[in-house]
Amino acid sequence: MGAANTDKYKSDGTAAGGLLEWVDARFPLLSLWNDHLAKYYAPKNFNFWYYFGSLAMLVLGLQIITGIFLTMHYKPDASLNASGIPAAFASVEYIMRDVPWGWLIRYMHSTGASLFFVIIYLHMFRGMLYGSYRKPRELIWIFGMLIYLCLMAEAFLGYLLPWGQLSYWGAQVIVNMFTAIPVIGPDFALMLRGDYVVSDATLNRFFALHVIAIPLALIGLVAAHIMALHEVGSNNPDGIEIKKKKGPDGIPLDGIPFHPYYSVKDLVGVVVFLMVFAVIIFFMPEAGGFFLEYNNFFPADPLVTPPHIAPLWYFSPYYSILRANTVNFFWIDAKLWGVIFMGLGTVIFAFLPWLDRSPVKSIRYRGPLFKGALVIFVACFLILGVLGTLPATPGLTVIAQVCSILYFAFFLLMPIYTSLDKCKAEPERVTGK
Amino acid sequence: MKKLFLALLSATLLAPLLVHAAGADLRLDKAPDRSRNYAALQNGAKVFVNYCLNCHSASYYRYNRLTDLGLTEGQIKDNLLFTSDKIGEPMTIAMRRAEAKEWFGVPPPDLTLIARARTSGSGSGADWLYTYLRSYHRDDARPSGWNNLVFPNVGMPHVLWELQGEQVLSSDHKLVLAKPGAMQPAEFDSMVADLVGFLNYIGEPMANFRKELGVFVLIFLFILFIFSYALKREYWKDIH
Repeated sequence: MGAANTDKYKSDGTAAGGLLEWVDARFPLLSLWNDHLAKYYAPKNFNFWYYFGSLAMLVLGLQIITGIFLTMHYKPDASLNASGIPAAFASVEYIMRDVPWGWLIRYMHSTGASLFFVIIYLHMFRGMLYGSYRKPRELIWIFGMLIYLCLMAEAFLGYLLPWGQLSYWGAQVIVNMFTAIPVIGPDFALMLRGDYVVSDATLNRFFALHVIAIPLALIGLVAAHIMALHEVGSNNPDGIEIKKKKGPDGIPLDGIPFHPYYSVKDLVGVVVFLMVFAVIIFFMPEAGGFFLEYNNFFPADPLVTPPHIAPLWYFSPYYSILRANTVNFFWIDAKLWGVIFMGLGTVIFAFLPWLDRSPVKSIRYRGPLFKGALVIFVACFLILGVLGTLPATPGLTVIAQVCSILYFAFFLLMPIYTSLDKCKAEPERVTGK
Repeated sequence: MKKLFLALLSATLLAPLLVHAAGADLRLDKAPDRSRNYAALQNGAKVFVNYCLNCHSASYYRYNRLTDLGLTEGQIKDNLLFTSDKIGEPMTIAMRRAEAKEWFGVPPPDLTLIARARTSGSGSGADWLYTYLRSYHRDDARPSGWNNLVFPNVGMPHVLWELQGEQVLSSDHKLVLAKPGAMQPAEFDSMVADLVGFLNYIGEPMANFRKELGVFVLIFLFILFIFSYALKREYWKDIH
């Protein structure tokens, strides 16, 4: 696509021209390029927190590409080989040792999974800082929450595949959790496993869901997320609408074309991210047991229960909430309350657009009530995350219970404290970073 | 805004303290680092093949990969190739799992990944193995006559006892050498360190290469960062 082609370009497609013109007469190539990149006007005051959207797309791409190469060598097979090792577990070590660059591809995939959650949590936190979920961006937020749920499913399914001890027992614990659901629970768990215990049937269906079903849903949702975003336009750290102040050419005064301004800026973010990524892959691929758990280097053994079953770090806040429910309340069992609150804990973010009654969007102009509530919420989320990786003791369970209550209070009390809060006036135009 | 981030930062920094509070109970000796000492790793391979590879396999590790440690294929064939006749084969064993289970209670585990799997909050997997292999003591209550401080009621007898000698537990629960073996204690510790070094190496044979490559990748990314940042500055100089 040299300059010569675009110079000769005619929009009616009648005149003979270059390849671009030929394609554009048959496919909305230029209008897609313009709508989403070259003439998509984004606020000029994006700060650090605005790198994580493009980084999430990058990691999704990396996970898909590394996943394709892993699939070429991985075997979803729980049967034991001559040395008594499950074939699935052995095939991962085959990738690590005998496939050229297999170790790099595998570490990219395992590290990418964890960093995906780091990025998504920071991306969600950005939304909460600057009120990006508020009208008119409710649907972007809901698509985002669906992406988050799919990502959790994807990570859970994928974690079974190496077929190590924690893969196996983690899946056993999580699938058994569903049996607490009344009426349909036991049958649902049976359907999920394909067997009465986690077995070869479970491994094969988790593999199918992990490599095709959930990734398809993820890609569709990401497309919807971005289309909805580009329909209404991006929010910004000031939480004001740049489309309210347009120049005579109809372009927002505070808007700049995404390409080239944000494409070159995001490139810097990509390189910095790749540096973090490389440090983990090349120097600490287990990340101290948080990205690859040490106990998972033992092959799955259905007869030996590990002393301490901990989920991977990105699920641990919810695992804490699950375990914090120790009381049989009304006529409902504590286990079911745990499942209910854990499920509620993940989906409650989706209601933020309607829980938040503040006249302003951005934290810059919010009052002390919201700021305090957000600090408490994030602290509780982090403490719950740490507690979820530890064995439960009575003392820690009390801390988890307090944090769980504050976690939900942040959401449920939001209509009250956001309408009482003393907010500052929003500026007319975007300010600095 | 600043206060908010400070508060969040302190919460994040305090969180690991909780992990430490949950503490580790096991005291492990630090295993000497043999990762770049090929002579020691070759010796570890020899000890492994002679003492371990009869009952334990290392079934993801191929004999010819020992060339990584500076051995030639001829040396491997002449000195180390006992359980197979093809140098490209992995280190498997002839013992049947069902029989092994009958003899030891559990089949001896494959050891390729043992150093990675035994890593915990108490120390690296190498530390665990180094302490474990030196913590056997006489215990008449056990069928094998041996017990272990690190791995209580372990199924494996003390395979290296002729070299180390016999340790017994003193009244204050300390290990005491009651009958010396063929090796001096320091000599024995050094041999165990070589063996553990070898087990650590086969857990991730590409580990040294991975770290070396990582340095070059980071240098490349740093240069790329300078160019990408300069590009961004150039484009953004007119945006105010």
